[in-house]
Amino acid sequence: MQVIQSDVVIIGGGGAGLRAAIAVAQEAPGLSVALVSKVVPMRSHTVAAEGGSAGVIHPDDSLDKHFDDTVSGGDWLCEQDVVEYFVGQCTREMIQLEQWGCPWSRRDDGSINVRFFGGMKSPRTWFAADKTGFHILHTLFQTSLQFPAIRRHDEFFCTDLLVEDGRLQGVLALCIATGEPVLFQCKAAVLATGGASRVFGQNTNAGIVTGEGMGMAYAQGVPLRDMEFVQWHPTALPGSGILMTEGCRGEGGILLNKDGHRYLQDYGLGPLDPWPRPRAMELGPRDRLSQAFWHEDQAGRTLQTPHGTAVHLDLRHLGEKKIMERLPMICELARTFAAVDPVTAPIPVRPAVHYTMGGVLCDVHGATPLPGLYAAGECSSVGIHGANRLGSNSLAELLVFGRAAGLSAARHARETPDASAALQAQAESRAAVHLDMLRREGGTRVAQLRQRLHEIMEAGVGIVREGPRMAQACEQLAQLREQFRAGVALDDRGRAFNTEWLTAIELGHTLQVAEAMAHAALLRQESRGAHMRIDGFEARDDERFLCHSLIHSQGDAPPRVTHSPVTITRSQPKARVYGGAAQNQS
Amino acid sequence: MSQTRTIMIECLRYDPEQDQAPHYRTYEVPFTDEMSVLEGLQYIKDHLDGSLTFRWSCRMAICGSCGCMVNHQPILSCQSFLRDYYPARIRVEPLEHFPIVKDLVIDQSDFLGKLESVTPYLVPAQPLTPEDGPNLQTPRQIEDYLGYAQCINCLLCYAACPQYGLNHEFTGPAALALLARYNADSRDAGQKTRMAVVNAEEGVWGCTLVGLCSEVCPKHVDPARAINRNKINSTQDYFLRFLMPFGRGS
Repeated sequence: MQVIQSDVVIIGGGGAGLRAAIAVAQEAPGLSVALVSKVVPMRSHTVAAEGGSAGVIHPDDSLDKHFDDTVSGGDWLCEQDVVEYFVGQCTREMIQLEQWGCPWSRRDDGSINVRFFGGMKSPRTWFAADKTGFHILHTLFQTSLQFPAIRRHDEFFCTDLLVEDGRLQGVLALCIATGEPVLFQCKAAVLATGGASRVFGQNTNAGIVTGEGMGMAYAQGVPLRDMEFVQWHPTALPGSGILMTEGCRGEGGILLNKDGHRYLQDYGLGPLDPWPRPRAMELGPRDRLSQAFWHEDQAGRTLQTPHGTAVHLDLRHLGEKKIMERLPMICELARTFAAVDPVTAPIPVRPAVHYTMGGVLCDVHGATPLPGLYAAGECSSVGIHGANRLGSNSLAELLVFGRAAGLSAARHARETPDASAALQAQAESRAAVHLDMLRREGGTRVAQLRQRLHEIMEAGVGIVREGPRMAQACEQLAQLREQFRAGVALDDRGRAFNTEWLTAIELGHTLQVAEAMAHAALLRQESRGAHMRIDGFEARDDERFLCHSLIHSQGDAPPRVTHSPVTITRSQPKARVYGGAAQNQS
Repeated sequence: MSQTRTIMIECLRYDPEQDQAPHYRTYEVPFTDEMSVLEGLQYIKDHLDGSLTFRWSCRMAICGSCGCMVNHQPILSCQSFLRDYYPARIRVEPLEHFPIVKDLVIDQSDFLGKLESVTPYLVPAQPLTPEDGPNLQTPRQIEDYLGYAQCINCLLCYAACPQYGLNHEFTGPAALALLARYNADSRDAGQKTRMAVVNAEEGVWGCTLVGLCSEVCPKHVDPARAINRNKINSTQDYFLRFLMPFGRGS
C-alpha cells in the first residue's frame, strides 16, 4: 500500500479545511500538510453558502450583542466560554479574508457593508452579494496555492481514522481515480468534512454532505454531541430544496401564507409594525420560522405546489435594482429552478434540512477526546450553535475554528513521535473490508437503502417530533443498518472511479449518523431550539435537559446516549422571546 | 406533478479497466418538466445502471462539478433541462479537449496546473495583518474585477475553446480570466509577476478571439474580454520594456 507521510493531515477541503491548512502553513512553518478531499476543494459545499458571515463591525453592534444573540438563538445550549472566544475572533477572520481578496460588498465610501440576518440585534452579516460562500471558498483555495507546505490530494476518499497506542496516527483513503488504498500517516489530523444533512431527503445541501467524517470519528469511540438538533431552513424551493438565502429577508423580503397574510405575527414574532426591525417577524430565527410553517401547513393555510405545500417569499417591493444588486444569484436560481422571476412574482418556499448543529465533540481548540484528532466546521460540535444555529455563524465558524484547529494540530504534531509501525497492518485490514464489497454477491441497491433512510428520518425525526414515532425510527434504522450489513448490490465491480462503491461506503457512515440523531432526539423529553416535540414535552425543561447529549457508538448495536453539563458563564437561561416581547425583555 | 414522458439518453461509456475505446449506451429515462439532465443521469445510476459515472455535487450551478457535452455543446448538467431536448434523444459525453478518466469524468489536472500558474491570489504592495483593518475598496473598484471573480472553474470554456483543443499549452480562458481578476483588483500589486504568463506564447497571444468561451460561460464571466484586456496590458508591457530597458517600477 502506498504510504504518504506528513505532519498534519486535513480531511476536507472546504472552508474549515482550507483555513486550517493555511494556518499551519503560515503560522507553523516547517510542518508538512496533506490536504485530502473527496472533491477538488472549490467543489466543497462551502461554495453554496449564500447570505453571509458574522463579524461585529457596525457602530451599533458589540461583542456582547453577538454573544447574546448566539446564546439566546441557541436556546441556552451553547458553550458560553466558546461563544465568547468565537465572537472575539470573527471580525479578525473577516478582515483576514478581505486582505486575501474576498470581494466583500461595500458601502459607497469603500468600507465594509453589513446586513441583518435573523435573530440579530444589530446588522452583523458581512456578505459578497448572495454568493458569500462561493467567494470565501475560492479566496481560501486560491490563497492556499501560495504555500508549498500544503500538498493537495484531490479526489481521495477517506474511509477510516487509524488509531494506535491510543492516539490518531493515520488516515486510510481511497484514491478515487484508481480505487487504490493509500495510507496517510500523520502526527495529527483535522477533521473538516462538513455536516450530514443528506441524512434527510428534502434538504438544501450538496450531494457530498453525507456525514462520513462524523461517522469515522464516531467509529473510533469519539462521541457525537447534540445530534438531535437539525436545522430546517425556512426558505428552500419545494422539490429541489435549493436555498433561498436568509439574506432575502435580511434585505426586506416577507413571508405570506396562501391568503397573503404575514402569518409569522401569529407565532410570537409580531407585531407587524414597526417594520423592518431586528429579531421580529421575518427576521426571527430559523427554528421558529420553520416551526411556524409547520403549524400553517397543519391549518391548511399553505399553497399547493407540484412538490408539496409552500408559502410565498415576496421580494417584489424591494424593486429590481436592489434585488439585482443584493440578490443576483437568488434571481437566477428562482428563474432557472422554479420558473419564477422574483422581480415580478413571489417565490414558493418551504423548509428543508440545512444544517447539523451537532457533530464530533471537541473543545475550543478543536481537540477531540482522541489524542491527535481535531475537528472544525459543521462536522464538529465545538459548542457555539446550541439547539439552533444563528444564520451567518457557520461561515464565521469555519474560519475561526478552522484556524484554531489547524494551530492546535500543528502544536500537537511538534510534540509527537513518529507513527507506529503497526499502523500499516491496520490500514491493510481496513482496506480489505472495503475492497471486499466489490466482490460480494446479492444485497440491496444503494439508491433503495438511501430512499428508505430518507423516509424513516422524514417520518420519525422531522420538524416536529413525537416519542412513538422517534422510537419507531430508531427500530427501523437498526433494521436498515442490518440490511446494509447484509450487503450492497453494486453494478460496478471495478476500482477506477467507482462512485457507486464509494457511495456505499459513505452510506455506512451516514446510517450511523442518522441513528445517533434519532436516539438523541428520542431521549430529549423537552422542546428546545430546533428540537420541537408535540407529545406532552412542548416546553423547554431546564431542570432535566439543560445538558448536552453525547452519543457513543456501540458498533453494530444501537448507540448509547449520555448527557453532559452546559458551560454557562454569564447568561443564565431565560425565556427565549422574539418580536415585541423581546423589546420588552431587553 | 407534471406529466411524465420518456426520453432517450445516449451516454458515452468508457471503463479504463475494461474498454479499449469509448462506446455509447442508450437509456430510456422517464422525466417530468422540472428534471435536469443531471437528474436524468442520477435516475440512470439509481435505477438502471449503477456503473454510469459522472461528477456532481451542488445541483445549483455553483460548484462547477457537472460540466459535460450535451449534443456537442458544453453545459452544466444541473441547469439544463430534459424538456428542452425532448422529443429528440440526447447524447451526453464528457467535456471535450480533456482526457477521459471514466464515462463522463474527465481529468482536470491540466487545468488545475494552469490555474496555479497565474499567481491566483492577492499580492499586496505591503504586507498587511488583520490588525491593520480592512482595505477600502469602493463599489466601482469592485466592479473592475467582480465579473472575472464569478468563475466556478467548470471548464466549459476549455471544452468550447478551439485554440485549447489544438494546443494544450495555451493557458486558456478561465485561468487567464482569473489572472485578469487579480490584476484588476485595486488591492493587488502582483501584475508584474503575472506578466510572464500573459506575455508567453501560450499566454494571451495564444487566443485567436473566437469568443466561444464567453458564449458558453454559465456565469457570464466573459473570459474573451479578460484576455483582450490582458493583451492591451501585454502590449503596454512590451513597449514599456522597450522604452525603459531597465524595467519599470523596480
